[in-house]
Amino acid sequence: MRKLIVMLAALLLIASTALAETSIKINGSTTVLPIMQKVVEAYMKAHPDVKISVSGGGSGNGIKALIDGSTDIAMASRAMEPKEIELAKSKSENPVQTVIAIDAIVPVVNPTNTLKAVTLAQLKDLYTGKITSWKELGGTGPVVVVSRDTSSGTYECWEKMVMKKERVFPGAMMQASNGAVVQTVSKNKNAIGYIGLGYMDATTKPLTVDGVTASAETAKSKQYPISRELYIYTNGAPAGAVKGLVDFLLGAEGQKLVKEVGYVPLR
Amino acid sequence: MVLSRKTKDDLIRYAFFLTALSSIVALGLIMLYLFAEGLPIFKVVSVKDFLFGSLWYPTSDPPDFGIFPLIVASLAVTALSSLIAIPLGVMTAIYLAEIASRRVRDFFKPVVELLAALPSVVIGFFGMVVVAPFLQNAFDLATGLNLFNASVMLAFMSVPTICSVSEDAIYAVPRELKEASLALGATHFETIIRVVLPASLSGISTAVMLGMSRAIGETMVVLMVAGGAAIIPTSIFSPVRPMPSSIAAEMAEAAFRGNHYRALFAIGIVLFLFTLAFNLIASHIAEKHKQVGAATL
Repeated sequence: MRKLIVMLAALLLIASTALAETSIKINGSTTVLPIMQKVVEAYMKAHPDVKISVSGGGSGNGIKALIDGSTDIAMASRAMEPKEIELAKSKSENPVQTVIAIDAIVPVVNPTNTLKAVTLAQLKDLYTGKITSWKELGGTGPVVVVSRDTSSGTYECWEKMVMKKERVFPGAMMQASNGAVVQTVSKNKNAIGYIGLGYMDATTKPLTVDGVTASAETAKSKQYPISRELYIYTNGAPAGAVKGLVDFLLGAEGQKLVKEVGYVPLR
Repeated sequence: MVLSRKTKDDLIRYAFFLTALSSIVALGLIMLYLFAEGLPIFKVVSVKDFLFGSLWYPTSDPPDFGIFPLIVASLAVTALSSLIAIPLGVMTAIYLAEIASRRVRDFFKPVVELLAALPSVVIGFFGMVVVAPFLQNAFDLATGLNLFNASVMLAFMSVPTICSVSEDAIYAVPRELKEASLALGATHFETIIRVVLPASLSGISTAVMLGMSRAIGETMVVLMVAGGAAIIPTSIFSPVRPMPSSIAAEMAEAAFRGNHYRALFAIGIVLFLFTLAFNLIASHIAEKHKQVGAATL
């Protein structure tokens, strides 16, 4: 019986400390999600008293959740739209934007392909199925278009910046990951694909876009056309436990994780 | 407390009954979940547009949930792989059961069955790294990741099932049937074609159906080697996107309980109905052509 009382007391103690924990809710873009998951994992290891839950429902959902107060941090792969800012202001909220990383996407071909440069317009024609032979761009053989699955953040970025809201044609070979695109393109002399800057290696050949070589520098200076900033939004400037997490994310350790996941770190 | 023998018997009987029941309960719960998660998509898109729509853009705005190319891809891959696997599997089975010497049979049968032990990801990797570049060079194709490659890889996986189950069926044909046939002056070949095969038809059909339902549900191989383009194939060398590979590739990034997520579950329902149909056909054939003793042939 005494044992039971001791155990009960211990349980109560644990429960009460659990209640004292601070908790942070994060929701939003699936593009930012892999960064956030890594960062949160590392941060919670160092700060076991902070409880963080991360979910990815898309940029729009994240921002909506921030406005109605059901999340503390919204992840977004696009800037807030004027309408959303208006809605937030009408609820006397003050969404603050923080840039956390840069996403750059590079078109790649097989190393045996003689092509070195493309324009955004040519990329669009390739991915809508208008250009079907490398002859039209000065090479040989049929074009095999490799794309990412339509649900991925990489596809979303590609659709926005290259396709200008048109769809990638259904004949494109949809691959489930950046790694699978690299694998497919490196094995097929006719293939063209696109991958995050962090996934470039010697097995595929990057193309310059509108004359600009993709690199961390050109992505940061916004010279390279297929790149975008990734954001988090908080209600007011980050404070308290949220500030701790954001500082960690922007610090050396957090930015190292950004690079590991395949994005361009801010420094 | 001492149990009477009868109570003991009853207890043991119930214990076994519960064990048998558990797999039925598991199946029931999984089905319930599958339908509960998948059916709500039909509030957004009609059943007809879902099954026969030709565009699959689940995350566009507005989205398109047409899975016709995916269904066609699954059926095409299954049909082509059966075309390769059935003759291979059944003829191997005939050889092993009727023609091969005992020593050859004892060596070959375990080896064929070992083929089934190869993990599907290994077969997929083989198809991707070895077969795809070979096909592309040999036939001068745009891509080696296509319908044909996937079918060959799936045939690899269904041959052991088809061969092993048919071999058992052929081997079980009563000896007196064969002896009678030979005694009437039929050759060995005639005996196999006219007597042994008809007698083991139900077993062979079951084997074929099991092989096909394995092919249609197989995920890893088609995800890796089918090419992933959601189009209706125009040749056997077109890249395709069968249903299981769509589910596997997209589920991880679909928003929980969003329309895309529900659409993927609905694809799961369609796939389930297909494999269910295969299994029902198999058991129907097995029932109809059941060989009871030697007298019913």
